Amino acid sequence: MTDQAYNFAYLDEQTKRMIRRAILKGVAIPGYQVPFASREMPMPYGWGTGGVQVSAATLTPEDTFKVIDQGADDTTNAVSIRKFFERTAGVATTEETARATVIQTRHRIPEEPLTEEQVLVYQVPIPEPLRFLEPSEIETRKMHALEEYGLMHVKLYEDIARHGQIATSYAYPVKVEGRYVMDPSPIPKFDNPKMSDNPAIQLFGAGREQRIYALPPYTQVVSLDFEDHPFDPSKADAPCDLCGAEDSYLDEVIIDDAGGRMFVCSDTDYCRARRASGHVGAKGVAEDAA
Amino acid sequence: MTRPYDIATRHRAAGRIARAPDGAMAAGQADLTGTAPLLRVEGLTKRYGTRIGCADVGFDLWPGEVMGIVGESGSGKSTLLNCLAGHLPPDSGQVLFDTRTGGLKDTVTMSEPERRMLGRTDWAFVHQHARDGLRMNVSAGGNVGERLMAVGARHYGTIREAAIDWLGRVEIGADRVDDRPTAFSGGMQQRLQIARNLVTGPRLVFMDEPTGGLDVSVQARLLDLLRGLVREMGLSAIIVTHDLAVVRLLADRLMVMKDGHVVESGLTDQVLDDPQHAYTQLLVSSVLQV
Repeated sequence: MTDQAYNFAYLDEQTKRMIRRAILKGVAIPGYQVPFASREMPMPYGWGTGGVQVSAATLTPEDTFKVIDQGADDTTNAVSIRKFFERTAGVATTEETARATVIQTRHRIPEEPLTEEQVLVYQVPIPEPLRFLEPSEIETRKMHALEEYGLMHVKLYEDIARHGQIATSYAYPVKVEGRYVMDPSPIPKFDNPKMSDNPAIQLFGAGREQRIYALPPYTQVVSLDFEDHPFDPSKADAPCDLCGAEDSYLDEVIIDDAGGRMFVCSDTDYCRARRASGHVGAKGVAEDAA
Repeated sequence: MTRPYDIATRHRAAGRIARAPDGAMAAGQADLTGTAPLLRVEGLTKRYGTRIGCADVGFDLWPGEVMGIVGESGSGKSTLLNCLAGHLPPDSGQVLFDTRTGGLKDTVTMSEPERRMLGRTDWAFVHQHARDGLRMNVSAGGNVGERLMAVGARHYGTIREAAIDWLGRVEIGADRVDDRPTAFSGGMQQRLQIARNLVTGPRLVFMDEPTGGLDVSVQARLLDLLRGLVREMGLSAIIVTHDLAVVRLLADRLMVMKDGHVVESGLTDQVLDDPQHAYTQLLVSSVLQV
């Protein structure tokens, strides 16, 4: 049921128009951070205000909407944002990746390959990949404009010097179409290769920082690395204990006070679909019985 | 009023005389007979509103030459240095630098990317406070490696080797390569800053009070090191200081500034032993005798 007190998808039409302009500019210049007049949303900063605004400007009444938070459809953040748009836009919602046309995500890319029909909206806390190295916004914008990205490698150098390998495991910096260095939002680096050459449109919204950026379909996205320390999209070296998947990104879950633990797919929809089609992991049966 | 100097003629003679007794400087001497100066400054003026920062400064700096700029606080020597190094835009005048590709080029009117490129390749800037010139939260190795990465080095092993080599040259042990500058003493920080600046083999070094704030024994070692590096690499340098002993030791030529104007210039020994201008006489006689 749509709440009639609100305009479609909560934001007024002029605001959506402003956001769409920013999105179009972002799509035209892949990886470039477009400033936009971010609005106050009825949720705190850090809970996806940027992603919500991008979704609001992207949704049409015919869309089917899906929200994931760290891959899961059933966590607080995902549930509340899904409910928010059910109420203010009245759009159909789903948990199935394949059925969704707009997917808002916090910190994951779905395991199931996306299609040209889909839009993936990322929630971004800090859009500036150089931020922790260079605190001045004026300076970082200049560095982007002049393509001075040596500093980004200083961070990777520090990783190797201290840990023997590139220890950055999420928000791993990427270079887009050989031009802009971009923060992929805090997705695990395991997901980085999925960004490249992806048929779906990928939109990034940072509400507090008031930036939108985008990757049009089939954009080349390269993770930064050193010649002698190449990029390694790592994940936990185990199969999913519920569905037995060996190719999906895993969460490690502590299950008792004795240090017992299990690995499960972080993408809940992927895991459910696999179990529904008969795949069973090492602890899968017991878990289902409980 | 000061008698205007024919600086060009005077310093050319100065350069030859200064080098003549030093057999090791054969290469530098050959450069001096070359056709073009490394840096030619003409009519450089910087005002802060109605106040004068520095006015109508002009000189030539030849390859392998070290020039000192002395004067009291507020005499405009730091303003001059910042204008030369491209940190401040001068109001009028030219700063012509002998670029590797295009010959003498005005760095004031050249495009910002070009100027910043010079700033991390052919130029180096040593700040008075090492904290201004270092990244305090990045290891010593990362600090030295930054300029290499900024000009495209992407091989961790090579970068690290170069960093350790340069730390050795400034007398910092290889075992300190992964320590942060915060763990270094003031003298070590200053030496680290020098290593970080010289690693890309610049041709011109700007130094702003390089020994300021260090105790005398540390100062002496730093000066010794600087003198060695300048000779060994055939560097040209412009050193701003209020310490006459520093210029006596390092500089071939000296410029004395007062109220934004150059009041006297010439061979260092000549100016210090036989000061002509009243202010220079005051300056020289004000040095405390131990």
